[in-house]
Formats: sequence, structure tokens, C-alpha cells
Amino acid sequence: MQMRPILSTLRRHKLTATLLTLQVAFTCAIVCNVAFMIASRVQRISVPTGMAEDKLAVIQSTSIEKGENQQAQHAADLAALRGLPGVQSAVAVSYSLPLDQSESSRGTCPSKQALDRAEQINSIEGSGCMQPTQYDGTPGLINTLGLRLVAGRDFRPDEYVSTGKPTVAIITRALAQHLYPDKQALGQSMYDGDNYIRIVGVVDRFLRPNLRKPGVDDDSMIWPQRPDGSSVLYVLRSAPKDRQRVLKAAAATLLKINPNRLIDPGRVQTYTQIRAKYFQRDITMISLLFASALGLLFVSALGITGLANFWVQQRRRTIGIRRAIGATRGNILRYFQTENFLIVSFGIVLGMLLAFALNLTLMKFYELPRLPLYYLPIGALVLWLLGQLAVLGPALRAAAVPPVIATRGV
Amino acid sequence: MFAYYLDLAWHSLRRNPILTALMVLAIGLGIGASMTMITVLHVLTDDPLPGRSSQLFTPHLDPLPLNYKQGGDSPDAADNVTWPDAMALLKAHRAERQAAMAGGTLLVRPARADLRPFNVDGRYATADFFAMFGMPFEHGQSWSAADDAARAHVVVLSDTLYRKLFGNGSGIGQDVRLGEHDFRVIGVTADWQPKPMFYADPGAQHYSDVDQFFLPLSAAVDLKLSTNGNQSGWGKNDDSTSLTGATMTWLQFWVQLNSPAQAQAYRQFLVDYSAQQKAQGRFERPSTDAKLYSLMGWLKHENLVPNDVRLQLWLALGFLFVCMVNIVALLLAKFLRRSSEISVRRALGARRRDIFLQLGIESALIGVAGGVLGLVIAQIGLWSVRHRPDDYAQLAQMDMPMLLGTLALAIIASVVAGLLPAWRACRVQPALQLKTS
Repeated sequence: MQMRPILSTLRRHKLTATLLTLQVAFTCAIVCNVAFMIASRVQRISVPTGMAEDKLAVIQSTSIEKGENQQAQHAADLAALRGLPGVQSAVAVSYSLPLDQSESSRGTCPSKQALDRAEQINSIEGSGCMQPTQYDGTPGLINTLGLRLVAGRDFRPDEYVSTGKPTVAIITRALAQHLYPDKQALGQSMYDGDNYIRIVGVVDRFLRPNLRKPGVDDDSMIWPQRPDGSSVLYVLRSAPKDRQRVLKAAAATLLKINPNRLIDPGRVQTYTQIRAKYFQRDITMISLLFASALGLLFVSALGITGLANFWVQQRRRTIGIRRAIGATRGNILRYFQTENFLIVSFGIVLGMLLAFALNLTLMKFYELPRLPLYYLPIGALVLWLLGQLAVLGPALRAAAVPPVIATRGV
Repeated sequence: MFAYYLDLAWHSLRRNPILTALMVLAIGLGIGASMTMITVLHVLTDDPLPGRSSQLFTPHLDPLPLNYKQGGDSPDAADNVTWPDAMALLKAHRAERQAAMAGGTLLVRPARADLRPFNVDGRYATADFFAMFGMPFEHGQSWSAADDAARAHVVVLSDTLYRKLFGNGSGIGQDVRLGEHDFRVIGVTADWQPKPMFYADPGAQHYSDVDQFFLPLSAAVDLKLSTNGNQSGWGKNDDSTSLTGATMTWLQFWVQLNSPAQAQAYRQFLVDYSAQQKAQGRFERPSTDAKLYSLMGWLKHENLVPNDVRLQLWLALGFLFVCMVNIVALLLAKFLRRSSEISVRRALGARRRDIFLQLGIESALIGVAGGVLGLVIAQIGLWSVRHRPDDYAQLAQMDMPMLLGTLALAIIASVVAGLLPAWRACRVQPALQLKTS
């Protein structure tokens, strides 16, 4: 294929070709960044909680009588809930569950020296101390939630406390590594300013109620502490398909046992709903980003097709002459395909630079990470394919121009 | 002449129906996406109290110790006011009107047997709250400064809550049980919902929260009613968690100042007050840190617009831009292809200006069609925004200025897009073109 004639033709349509190049460049820049944003959001919403999510359902109950014995009520409620058909197990927690937004966290140090260090520099960062989320719950929490114990053991019944702080805890693998980077965490005693708390078990993961930043999202610990407040979350484990039925039965049962309570219909949820609610904005954003990327590619293809159509119509006579002096249909077809490839390639080169500039701006204002390099060749490939597809129709029409056109006047 | 050009444009557009449709579609999509997001941003940054907002201000003191460290994600502790500061500002009475307030959620126990107890959001405030914000009353009236001083157990209900509790009967003078205490209903306000709820705590859901009851702040503190919102303390002892302590911020404070001179004087008063507190050893930071925010300035400071919405707006504008480049290229190709037709007109005496006008009208026609399509797409876009669970979702409606703005934007965009091609086309050399054809 000879490049010279193509280049000289493009030079005659400098303005139009430049505009098309610009369009491809902007599309390339935006689509690369949008694809990257989609990928990071998808990664965010697929974070594992460490629980058997599809088997869990949650119901919140708030007592409205002051002075009742809350723990006795919780025990009675749990006994009734466990008796419901379909319920495999049930536990009560104060208010925290992964991705459920209410959170209680406290500074926890690997040793007393680390706490002194933290107080000296008036900051928890760099002292070795961490800010883990603190979960509580009635006996059976680990099994009901489906957490995977990777070291140590579950709590013994005598370790559970009704008030005050317990002396033992189970922590996540991530927290174990952060607190004790170079020794075995099991059996160590953490210090929280008042008490020493011994680590008796390590679970694989247990996500926070609120995501902070990757790296510390899995820093959690579980205390053998029974909920004591007027508001409590009951977590029910059942087969996935039974969850809605179990929730309905549970709400009715709880009100029958003691009508002096509030059950907010918005807080009778399967865990799947809790998760979807937490990531609602991300899900909206993903679909919007996806739609805008598709829209951009569509509009670009539209521009390429429209312009190619014009050029084909404009050059009918020239095409006819070329055919008459021996060019095959294939030659004509490839001429337009190569022309498009050239324009799109210019666009891609400029687009990659723009993509980086756009990414830098986004990093500055929206705390986005740096665009990984491999997005660029993928984006280039997509645009080349799109360009070839868009130009195919007009190019075929050009190839179909009969040589006889050359002999006719306009 | 105009009608003739319109006719020419119509004919030219009809000669290439597919291409015309594509251009209209491109501009419609770009305009539709942009106007959806501009409308969302518009309602998010709208004036919550038109006509009154220019007289409302909120003082911003900085009682934090020098070594206080702000938590990464938590709101600025100095955005709220401590109890002693709020009481001092109230007592000083330097503004036309002033009120301290805080949000709270209370359990309502209806007297009616057919209603189960339920939680409602409301506000604890001081007496000027109602007059300062211009709250319309349907029955009864608000409480007085004397009620504040007496920590009176009185309550003003919103129309919705009043009807729910009392049906069509009269409830003025009757008691309502909120939490563990009885409050006498003294007034009912029309449902008054400034969006955003500018006077709420920085952590509130500013676009969806609605206050259903109002009761004296003094009574709420006295009865230790539960409060919503961010409470940041820095004291070493119990003082740091006491509502009336000097080392915890949790209150919001608003003042009404009728003229810029009054605002200036109040600003100076805040600096003087801070200096005095600093002299007493209570404040540690420079007294010039004391600020007075206007209502709109405060909303800007709070930055209520979610980052995602801004990102979506930029995305939509980027999309519109690519659509515009697209249309410029297509129009250019289209106009240049008509070089011979233009040359004939030029040879027959049309001036460049005439050609320019003719082609401009053709682009504007595309713009009008694209704008109408854009309006339809924006309505679909806003409809989908309203179905999001975000707290501002319900507000996403287009008003008349926005509607006209959409059309204007579409026409401006297409005329701008047509400028370069039209200019390029009317510079065609007639003689050359006539010869070749």
C-alpha cells in the first residue's frame, strides 16, 4: 500500500482530518480514564467481608422501655428466633456488622511501650498502634457469620462478659500482621490504655462497618461481650432462599414476645441488601461511567462513518479513474481503511498524552490512583477496531464504484 | 431573507436525512447528559431561603487547642459551637436576631391507640429560631425567651406530625409524649423544608432530613435528650463529654444581620470575643481566626455537593465537547461539499456575509432540533436520578430557567460548532470552483 497518495490527500483536508484526529484523541483520553474508574469501582464493590453473606439476614430491635433487663430480653428473643423454621442459628450483636456503617473503633496497641510512644508523638500513626473496629456478640458469632478461624480457637463460654471489658479477643489476620509484624500474634496481649487483652484466635478476614482505605479495611477484633444496649441487631443464618420468609417470621415473633419495641422496616434486611445499600453510589457510578464510555465510542464511530461517507461521495470520480487505470476493488477498500488507520493512530498518540494529563487532573481533585500503563494499548486497540468497523461501510461503497464513472462528467 | 435561508437550510438538511439525524442525535445526547448533571448541581447549590438568605450568617469561632488533631474523615470540630460560647453570643445580643440549635431524634408515643410508637427528627432551639428563619405558623405560636429561661416543656410541631398525632382535631394545648417526657403543644408550623437544610450539623443528610418538632434547647439539655450530629470534645476529664462543658462543640448558631454594616460590626465583635477568651486562657488560637459566614458562603464551606456529582458533571461536559468536535467535523465536510453551490450563489452576487448567515441558520436549525431532543433525554436522565437512593434524589427536577437554559445551550453549542465550517465555506474562491465543475 502506498502511503504517499493518502498523506497528500489528508494534507488537502487538513482541517477536517485534524478535527477527526482530535475527536479520536479526546475519546481515547476519556474512555481510558473512564475504564480505569470503572475497574477501580468494581474492585471496591467486590471486597470480601469474610462472612457467609448469602446465608445471613439481619433484624434490628430497639426497646422503648427504660430499665428493662436487656440481656434477659435478648436471650428470650434469641431462643424464640432459633426455634423458627429455617433458622440454622442466630446471634445478637450491638450494632456493628461489616458494611453496615455504625462503627465502634478504638486505639489498640501491641504493648504498653507502643502506647507511650503514641502519646509522646500525639498521633497513632507511626507508633505501632492501630485503630481496629471492635465487634461484639453473643456466643456462636463466629459460626453463625461463617468466619474462618485460621489460628487459635473460638471463645469459651466462661470468657463472655455481660458488662465491662473482656480479657481475651479474636482478631483478623490483617490486624495480627499490623500489630505484630514480626512475631506470632496468637497468645500476645494487646493494650488499650486500661486493660491487657490476650489474643486467643485469628480469623481470616472480617471487614469493617465503614471502609477507610485499603490496607486497614480488614483491621477488626471481636470481643466476647454480650450486647447490653436497648438497641440490638439479630443476625439469622438460614438457607439463601429462606431469608425473606425467615425475616418476616422473625419480625412477627419479636413483636409477639414483647410489643414494647421498635422494629424499623428499613432495618429488616438480608445481608445482600445491606451490602447493596453500602455500595449504591458506586453501582450508580459504574453504570453511568459505562453508559458514558459507550456513548462516547458511539459518537466517535458516528463521526468517522459520517465523514468517510462524505469523502467517498466527494471522490467518486477519482475512485472511478483509479479503477479505470487498473486499481482493484481491494486497492480502493484498503485505501480507505489505511486512511482511517492513519487518522485514528494520530488520534491515539495524542489521546495517550491527553489520557495522562486527564489522569493527573483527576488524581489532584478526586484522589484517583495513577492510570496503569496497560490501559493505553487496550484503549488503542479498541479505537483501532472501532475506526475500522466505522469505516467499513463507506469503504465498501467506495470499492463498489464502477470504473465507468471516470468517463462521465459530474 | 431569513425565511428563505430557513427554507434553504431545511432543504439541505433533508437531502441528507441520515447524516442530519446523526448530528441531531449527537448534540441531543451531549446536551441531554450535560443538562441532567447541571440541573442536579443547580438544585444542590440552590438558595434554600430566597429573599432571606442574604441576612443570615453563622459565626465560626475556633476554641480548639493548638495541638488538636482533626480526624481524617470526620467533620471539622470548629464547625460547631460549644455551649458556653453559644450562651455568651446569645446573651451579648449583638445581632438583630440570634439562635442556638441542635438536632435530635425522639421517640413519639402517640396517645391514639391505633398508632405504634415511632422515632422523629426535630430540633432543639432558642426562641429567635422561628422569626429569624421566617417560619410560617398554621396554628398557635412559638415560645418566648422567657420559656427558654424557664426550660419550659413546650413543643412546636410540623403540620405533618400534628395531623398524624391529632388527626383533624385540635391539639394546641395538649400534651405529646416525646421520649420520657410530656411537652405541651403551643404551635404548628407549615411544613417548612429548606433544601439544603443549611442550619443542620455538617454530618446531617442535608437534602432529605426534615424537622418534625421544635422544642427549647434549654429543656433538651436539662432533660439530657439525645442529640444528633457530630460532638467533638478535647477535654481531659468528664467535661469533654458534658453538653454544657467548654471543651465540646455540638451546637449550631445563626444570626440575622440586616445590613453589611451590621455584618461588619458583628465580625469585629466575634474577633473581640475571641481575643477576650484568649486573654482568659480559654482559646489558644489567634483571635483573627474568628469568621462570619454568610448563608451561601457557609454552604460553599460545607461543600455539600458530593464528589461523584462533580465527576459526573465533568464527564457529561467532556461528552458534550466530543459531540461538538464531531459536529464541527461533519458540518465542515458538509459545507465544503457544497462549494460549487456556494460559488454559484457568490457569483450571482451573494456576499460572504450572506453565505455565512445562511450556513449559520442551518447549524442553528440542527441546534434547535438537538436541543428539543436534549430536553427529552435530560428528562429521562433526571427521572433516573430521582430513582437513586441518594438523599438529594427527589430534588432533581427541572425548573423553567433550566428548561430555557437547555434550549439556549443547545443552540449556542450548535451555532458555535457551525462557526468554523461556515467561515471556512464562505471563503471558497468562486471562480476556481465554478471552473472545475
